[in-house]
Amino acid sequence: MSVDTATVAKIASLARIRVSDAEIEAMVPELNGILAWVEQLGEVDVTGVEPMTAVIPNTLRLRDDVVNADPLTGGDIRDKVLANAPAAEHGFFGVPKVIE
Amino acid sequence: MTDLTDLGVAAIRDGVATGAFTATEVATAFNTAVAEANDALNAFIVTTPDAALAAAARVDAMRAAGEPLGKMAGVPIGMKDLFATQGVQTTAASKILEGFTPEYESTVSAKLWDAGAGMLGKLNLDQFAMGSSNETSAFGNVISPWRRPGDTAPLAPGGSSGGSSAAVAARIAPAATGTDTGGSIRQPAAFTGISGIKPTYGRCSRWGVVAFASSLDQAGPMARDVTDCAIMLEAMAGFDPKDSTSLDLPVPEWSAALSSDLRGKKVGIPREYRLDGMDADVARVWDEGIAWLKDAGAEVIDISLPHTKYALPTYYIIAPAEASSNLARYDGVRYGLRDLPQGAGLQDMYAATRAAGFGDEVKRRILIGTYVLSAGFYDAYYTQAQKVRTLIARDFSQAFEQVDVILAPTAPTAAFALGENSDDPLAMYLNDVFSVPASLAGLPAMSVPAGLDRNGLPLGLQVIGRAFDEQGVLDAGLALEQRAAFSARPAKWW
Repeated sequence: MSVDTATVAKIASLARIRVSDAEIEAMVPELNGILAWVEQLGEVDVTGVEPMTAVIPNTLRLRDDVVNADPLTGGDIRDKVLANAPAAEHGFFGVPKVIE
Repeated sequence: MTDLTDLGVAAIRDGVATGAFTATEVATAFNTAVAEANDALNAFIVTTPDAALAAAARVDAMRAAGEPLGKMAGVPIGMKDLFATQGVQTTAASKILEGFTPEYESTVSAKLWDAGAGMLGKLNLDQFAMGSSNETSAFGNVISPWRRPGDTAPLAPGGSSGGSSAAVAARIAPAATGTDTGGSIRQPAAFTGISGIKPTYGRCSRWGVVAFASSLDQAGPMARDVTDCAIMLEAMAGFDPKDSTSLDLPVPEWSAALSSDLRGKKVGIPREYRLDGMDADVARVWDEGIAWLKDAGAEVIDISLPHTKYALPTYYIIAPAEASSNLARYDGVRYGLRDLPQGAGLQDMYAATRAAGFGDEVKRRILIGTYVLSAGFYDAYYTQAQKVRTLIARDFSQAFEQVDVILAPTAPTAAFALGENSDDPLAMYLNDVFSVPASLAGLPAMSVPAGLDRNGLPLGLQVIGRAFDEQGVLDAGLALEQRAAFSARPAKWW
């Protein structure tokens, strides 16, 4: 499989990265080179092989169902959460208007 | 008096404990060394001499009060700028995080400070840890302290932990943290003549580490020798309920149990790693390593890891796929850069912010990852890669029924010059050919300096062990270290 300029434009749109036409032109051969190389995986016989889900056997844990079980990830830290926001307003994350 | 910057972790900790020198003297010596070198090497994105001095003052006060000192007491270290540090800018070497000042501390860095270490500064790296030469940083290339004889061409310190490797090799930090997704601790360690270990996946908490590929990312120490790595890993490792893949296991006293006596141990030599046209010096050092481990008492056995050639393409599907998902969080809303063109709506702001903030290699990997995860292609690429990953892990588990550790080169060549591989992404990816398989299988693996190539540049040997058997890896590493007696160091030109 290979990509063309329309496909790269679509991927970039899905990935929410603005790209110029010139950038797309440059990316097409680069991405095709990488994709052609990874396609050698198609020759591996994977009959009956399960895809890996966890590299080291482990079980997912649930934290205790209590408020602020860990103060680092608990509540009451609004100002800390907002401290690095580029446009925090009135205790919220500010974004451009999304409703006409 | 000894030049304190010639000392490693154990020597500094022990000297501080016995009163041979104070932690403040050590921090001052390294702060000075960093200030002298950083313009030339660009190893640190920000330096934090006051933090190093404050940590040292705490250790000196604790010693004066007769309180017990931690494993890393009085040791100033460099912190890879992928670890969130409270109140100190954390960028992952990307413009998209420039100015980001975390309100919290990563688990690994917090554990190091609790053990008495201090921070010299935040170390440069490949942007989002994506690279093998430290040329993708938004804050400039790191320059290796090593040079070819009679040549001033700047060499790559390896990547992605290139600031870490350069700082330790230049003796402006006795040790540094690294992270390893496909070789980012081991390859830079090999390029600069230092030691580094990636532990078993899950040993070190990923909480507060900027995410690249979460099923592969693992932190580890980079230091001058195997003993220093063992000590520092003890301080970094341990269960963390805030990381869902953290291993709920006790942390062994690896440094206390270190032994280079390998009698009764079996070492596997994977035939698939002996590539056609292999660099002659790399092959020679590998043969020397085999002889050294025999001399240490080990039995050497040829083994096969049949899916080795598929490891790199597998990695270059899985890692970009996970990265494209992880990096979706950089949206210009919650932290980091925002680019809001005049009159732009929310979607345009996302796209403009990410275009302005991410470097070319990061964009390339996000696009590859988005493509292989997209509808219609997911099974052909991503599911197939995860199946091959199962086979690669199975190769290792079958090999470890026969042997205790595996010995291989760390990287296919010594350090290359900056710019030499940067035009061709695929050529750069091939640097990780020997390090990626162990990453895909989640296994502990370390690089130790083993010799010099024809240009006088360091070469590393890699030891890969069973899951959870960091001790076996460190022991074989120590046996190599004692016999290699690697003492070369870069001449100070900065």
